[in-house]
Amino acid sequence: MEIHEFLKPEAICLQITVETSEEVIRMLGTKLHALGYVKDGFIEATLKREADMPTGLPLDGEINAAIPHVDIEFVNQSALALATLTKPVVFYNMVDSDEAVPVRLVIMLALDQPKSQITMLQEVSHIFQQPEIVRQLTEATTPEQVLSILNRMSSSS
Amino acid sequence: MAKTVIVSCGTGIATSTVVAVAIEEACKKEGLSVIVKQCKAAEIPMLLADGADLVVTTSTLRFDPGIPVIKGLAFLTGIGKEQVMAQIMDVLRK
Repeated sequence: MEIHEFLKPEAICLQITVETSEEVIRMLGTKLHALGYVKDGFIEATLKREADMPTGLPLDGEINAAIPHVDIEFVNQSALALATLTKPVVFYNMVDSDEAVPVRLVIMLALDQPKSQITMLQEVSHIFQQPEIVRQLTEATTPEQVLSILNRMSSSS
Repeated sequence: MAKTVIVSCGTGIATSTVVAVAIEEACKKEGLSVIVKQCKAAEIPMLLADGADLVVTTSTLRFDPGIPVIKGLAFLTGIGKEQVMAQIMDVLRK
């Protein structure tokens, strides 16, 4: 499973309560910045991109997701950050930016090369395609639980 | 002649990678020879100038490229993935 190489326990924020998508993007971006994965300006650039080209994904269950990310120039080294929210915040649909999507699972992607990390990206999309995995992730209370859920997913799919 | 598919997303690095690989694999399986070009939504007009048959996008398109456009979110969410792939194959087989 490649996700493990990119998702560090320090960049997992569980059961957080925020009011806006901006708050959760700032929180995850701050973690990635503190860990040295992203450059100054990453957060502002990600917020700008989210406003311009949103990343909300309506999923096949009750819980929806978003994958905020930005150009490679703001990234030092590829990494993921993950947040689960106690109550949904509004993101907008990636392919229909007028449609509000209430989101409780946020996976921030920091990618340092174009068209790369395909296995990791496919694993992220596999998460979204399994409502049961998404539900388990939103119920996890420790980063270890999150990594273990993802591990089980990889061994069963 | 091989058809050309433009696969676009907001940044041209993340979601379009997943979609492009899925289309390449499906075409290989079907024995269809296609050219897959990956780009940011903003770069589509530039690629259209070289000729293309289909746009598959995961971001909102704010203009009409004048060729068929198929939304590719299904490759990320799994919802309706088979139907979307069938639509893509229909265009590419013509």
